[in-house]
Amino acid sequence: MGPITTTHYLALSATLLLIGTIGVLTRRNIVIILMSIELILNAVNINLIAFSHYWQNVDGQIFAIFVITDAVAEAAVGLGILIALFRNKETVLADEVDLLKW
Amino acid sequence: MTDALFFYLFAVLVLGGAILTVTQRSAVHSAISLAVSLIGVAGLYLLQQAEFLFAVQIVLYVGGIMVLFLFVIMLVNLDQAAKQRQFNRQRWVALLCVGAVAVEVAYFVRKGASAFQIAKTPAAAAVSQEGNTEQIANVLFSQYLLPFEIASVLLLVAVVGSVVMAKKRI
Repeated sequence: MGPITTTHYLALSATLLLIGTIGVLTRRNIVIILMSIELILNAVNINLIAFSHYWQNVDGQIFAIFVITDAVAEAAVGLGILIALFRNKETVLADEVDLLKW
Repeated sequence: MTDALFFYLFAVLVLGGAILTVTQRSAVHSAISLAVSLIGVAGLYLLQQAEFLFAVQIVLYVGGIMVLFLFVIMLVNLDQAAKQRQFNRQRWVALLCVGAVAVEVAYFVRKGASAFQIAKTPAAAAVSQEGNTEQIANVLFSQYLLPFEIASVLLLVAVVGSVVMAKKRI
């Protein structure tokens, strides 16, 4: 095992991003789609922290805080929408919500 | 050496948790796997001397968002959803697209490693007098004050929005 470089973190974050993307694109359950979005945002954060550490500059960590804020807002509103959807349509599967499709 | 050991340990936690999150049939199992993955990410923050974000990650993600997810999973009846088909019809096209993006990202990470010389280990930190939290506070409340206030407005909007969404009658 060699020393851990920034590239290791970038590769890890890229892999996490791709796994999250697979989750968003292929799953039908909206709850799991929202969880995959959290995975994607975490991949972004790993990237930001890696470069923040590399440059010895805390600005990257500030950006990570804003990303976390956005993730929280997104999760709260998304789950609120999910509850409203379930109340009206009795489903949590993304491809069964097709009122706007012709 | 211990750094490498812990990096690989946390990497396995992060990626294993992530893969289980997107493949599990039951949403509760997915949520637990997601919590494992998020704890792994918190460990990676700690390895990179971002102690404040480590605490934020544990408190906010593992403590806050996961409880929110579990609440909604209990609130919404997911039993029939778990019995049905889990992946939608476009999955092969989606996997193809993700594969294309994977090739692209791998190329850029490889290329960038030599072009920007990011493959070397980070320079030894100049030992700073103030801790990580103090540094973040200093920058956040001076240089990034306006974005900070905008973020607080965003959170207010999100609170109002989620309450309105979850209300029975608008």
